[in-house]
Amino acid sequence: MDKKVFLISGIVIVALCLAARLFYLQIIDERYKVNANNNALLYQTKYPARGEIKDRNGNTLVGNKTTYDIMVTPIDLQEFDTVDFCATFRVDIDNVRKKLKYYRENRRKIGYQTFTFIKQVPSEYYSHFAEKAYKFPGFYAISRTARVYPYEAGASLYGYINEADSAYLANNPEYRRGDYVGITGIERSYEDVLRGKKGYNIMVRDVHNRIRQSFRNGEMDVEAEPGKDLIASIDGPLQQYGERLMANKVGSIVAIEPSTGEILAIVSAPGLTTEDLSNIRKEYGRLATDPYKPMFNRAVMSAYPPGSVFKTVNALVAQQMGVITPETRFSCSRGFYYAGGKMGCHGHRSPLNLKESIMMSCNAYYANVFRAMMKNPDHQPIGEAFDYWKEQVMKFGIGTKLGSDFPSELQGNLPSTKNYDKIHGKGKWNAFNILSLAIGQGEVGATPLQIANVAAIIANRGYYIIPHLIKNAPDSLRRAKYTEKHWVGVDLQHFEPVIEGMYLSVNAPAGTGGTSRRAHMDDIDICGKTGTAQNPHGRDNSVFMCFAPKDNPKIAVCVYLENAGAGGTWAAPVASLIVEKYLKGEVSRKELEQYVEGANLKANVPVKRKK
Amino acid sequence: MSYGQQPRARKVDFGLLLSYLFLAFYGWLNIYSAVYSEEHASILDFSQRYGLQFIWVMISLGIAILLLYIINPRSFQPLSLVLYLGMLALLAAVIFLGKEVNGSKSWFYIGSFGLQPAEFSKITTSLLLAYIMSRYGFSLSNRRDAIKAALVVIVPILLILLEKETGSALVYVGLILVFYMEGLAGWVIVAGLSLIAMFVITIALSPLTAVVCALSAAVIIRFFLSRRLVWLLTAILVIVLICFIPKLSALESLSFLKAVKPEVWAVLLFVPHFVLWLRDLLARRDERGSGRLMLSLFCAIAMVFSVNFIFNKVLQPHQRARIENLFGITEDLQGIGYNVHQSKIAIGSGGLTGKGFLNGTQTKYNFVPEQSTDFIFCTVGEEWGFLGSIALLAVYIFLILRIIHLASKNADAFTRIYGYCVASIFLMHVVINIGMTMGLLPVIGIPLPFLSYGGSGMVSFTILLFIFIRLDMERQNKDA
Repeated sequence: MDKKVFLISGIVIVALCLAARLFYLQIIDERYKVNANNNALLYQTKYPARGEIKDRNGNTLVGNKTTYDIMVTPIDLQEFDTVDFCATFRVDIDNVRKKLKYYRENRRKIGYQTFTFIKQVPSEYYSHFAEKAYKFPGFYAISRTARVYPYEAGASLYGYINEADSAYLANNPEYRRGDYVGITGIERSYEDVLRGKKGYNIMVRDVHNRIRQSFRNGEMDVEAEPGKDLIASIDGPLQQYGERLMANKVGSIVAIEPSTGEILAIVSAPGLTTEDLSNIRKEYGRLATDPYKPMFNRAVMSAYPPGSVFKTVNALVAQQMGVITPETRFSCSRGFYYAGGKMGCHGHRSPLNLKESIMMSCNAYYANVFRAMMKNPDHQPIGEAFDYWKEQVMKFGIGTKLGSDFPSELQGNLPSTKNYDKIHGKGKWNAFNILSLAIGQGEVGATPLQIANVAAIIANRGYYIIPHLIKNAPDSLRRAKYTEKHWVGVDLQHFEPVIEGMYLSVNAPAGTGGTSRRAHMDDIDICGKTGTAQNPHGRDNSVFMCFAPKDNPKIAVCVYLENAGAGGTWAAPVASLIVEKYLKGEVSRKELEQYVEGANLKANVPVKRKK
Repeated sequence: MSYGQQPRARKVDFGLLLSYLFLAFYGWLNIYSAVYSEEHASILDFSQRYGLQFIWVMISLGIAILLLYIINPRSFQPLSLVLYLGMLALLAAVIFLGKEVNGSKSWFYIGSFGLQPAEFSKITTSLLLAYIMSRYGFSLSNRRDAIKAALVVIVPILLILLEKETGSALVYVGLILVFYMEGLAGWVIVAGLSLIAMFVITIALSPLTAVVCALSAAVIIRFFLSRRLVWLLTAILVIVLICFIPKLSALESLSFLKAVKPEVWAVLLFVPHFVLWLRDLLARRDERGSGRLMLSLFCAIAMVFSVNFIFNKVLQPHQRARIENLFGITEDLQGIGYNVHQSKIAIGSGGLTGKGFLNGTQTKYNFVPEQSTDFIFCTVGEEWGFLGSIALLAVYIFLILRIIHLASKNADAFTRIYGYCVASIFLMHVVINIGMTMGLLPVIGIPLPFLSYGGSGMVSFTILLFIFIRLDMERQNKDA
């Protein structure tokens, strides 16, 4: 009998547990009563307008237009004129019938759920629907916004938005199916700012459980909170002008305001047009297979050999290391000769001092400078000397991600001791094996953004602010990131000879050997440096880096043209026009403009066409 | 003495009969309310579930009368083996011939009517179990007998598991109570419950917590075995320390405590104790049962570390998701947690007295899926409130306890054991179903006896109960 008592007590205890739970759910916990109220109510989501993007002058670059999503609650459907319905929205009738059939067959499973029936209906169709919505019970419209690009420029920067996919939803639980999310560009890096906050209308079902009306006259409704607008650092007219100049060319323009790190214009050609961006879903396939890769943002992703513009970095680093002074002279007889090789140079007078070496872009001079750095007695053997040099160069933002607000930004390329040990064997290499680094060739690769940043560093005489696209980053973290000065560790006085050399390169009288003559302007002091980078695929790349005016610089520019030839021939005039356009607002050198615009340098670029 | 000749209505146990009628009628009303729509307002509309359920109740009553007054109850005993084997054949056949419904293959379809053999095999299993265990000379302490009885239960469980009807299979586990009443030692039940507790602690908290619990339990039990105060003090000391380690480690000088989790310190604190215990054991100067205790402890710890394996490899993904949802490890109110969340809302919104018959909004508006079958208790909770739900629970408990009481009084071993079977099965169904709808147990789809919609369930529960009522009449006859 003992066992019977145990068994019965056990059963009674379990029953009491159930009763206690019942008591808790039904009497104590208020949560479920509120929830029950919510259940009979219907929450219609109100989607916020996404924040707009304006340029630094207030032009709207990325705006919104209203479209509508047509929603359906299958349980509320009644018979309706399918033909009329399809005509209103210009949709395929078979598709509609298929969906309706699915709802009928799965009505138990669907219950009171609501689905999106047609996406992105333009507002003129919607107004037709609104007039006769009473004929289509079970359907209603909610407004969604779609992106428009009223200013025809900068399409490669903004990025596009799309519905969040399953992978994204899994990682970001605050998103729901059907929400839009920035996939690339600014739309992606500033998603948190642009998205805004959803609101809802509360509707209630009446006794017949059919017609909906507003709950408590809408006093509990929550308005959608629109996303915040962003002000881009981009100068709309300049961006547009840059894109115009880059027609029929392959390469990039990057213009930065040195004192703030704000990107004034950034062009990657061939790039996207605003037209492409508006129809990205339709155009995606074509854009992705285009041999010129318009979706590849060269300005922040391409690791190009910087060529001779890199000499400025070597000149600054070498001075700081103490291996040369402004008065150090090296001779050049059409090149630099060493055991086992020669680095060629063009004809100019000799020997040159530091300033003149920049002005005339002497290769032999920098071969000597680089050798001196690699033989730096404080850092031996070669591996250490190289690492020390690399450390200094990286402070200029080369070979490392700058941290701009481009989600796709890449780091370029800067080799390490390990790479060379692997190629030549540990300790079995010397300055001459890596001599091409002296003139920005060989294993070094920099993005146009990084090169423009070097120009900004020189313009600022020693520091840079991380280049960025958005002026009004709303959070303190990004505000701090994009105002902090990054000093490159080169003393002020070392910049003078380099800047003087860059000034002379553009402004020295014709015939004295300046390589950047074509960038010259009468009334603005431009300081520039050409680069002619060897390209294993076809003609040399044309590179130019400059800033202006010389004192209190307002703009730093890098122009990089693939397979366009000498830096002075093409890149220099492009950069010069950009400077003029920005500083004066108008370009007076129409002849030069026509010369640049008329050039088709795209034809030189070898592309692999996929069949 | 003669059987099955004159009417014996007076001898039927009225308590059971009234409970049965109440439940069947109450269930029918609630199905009506759950499926109710204005287009089909008549409660006898046979195109709707409530109309059909009415037919099932009528058929069940017919079967009940048949069982009470026409079939000779003595025929159950010799027939039990044949019925049992026949049902096993059906259980096996349905795996190959059955129709797949919601992922399990346990339904035969004859036209539009489904038949679920798993529901009926509870009856045949109970009958055969009662038959075998009531035979002269049967004893659970005899190993052959014990194995034979266990097999009677295990074979249908395996077949039903093959049908992927985990819920129904789980019901058979309740038959352990029959074994308990018939001589199985109580510690087996306690050990089983402890293992379940360990499983729950491991999943809901952490394996380490489970180990600490097992160690503490072992030390406390050892105290009861040896009555030496030092054991109790150790356990208390360790528990206090676990509570204070986070505070202590905040002190500068004791910051090394942060190096590992507090539970690890707890385990380390136990170590010297177990070394001493092991020494005592090896020296054979320990109390009785101490060795077995140590062995159980090791089993428990092994269990903790195999939980992950069981959880990830043995359980199906949806079962895993249901358990994770129950412990709040994952919260997914739109997906796997939807049913239970909506069910809790429906029950909770009922309040003390409920919203009244047909006035529930949650169940009527289809917020709760499966509301007329497995989740019928929601309708009760919403429309009849706390009072109605408690009344229902009370009727079930009365039914179960009444069966146990009548069974235990019966001199006939067959009747007694069969009664325990019936009580265990009802108990499992009621506790699992109601516990599930209230979010106390993971979602296990088994019906609430006599309330859930469904012909197989209604008829099989009726047969199960009325065989017992009839068997019980025999005893009363003998007394008379």
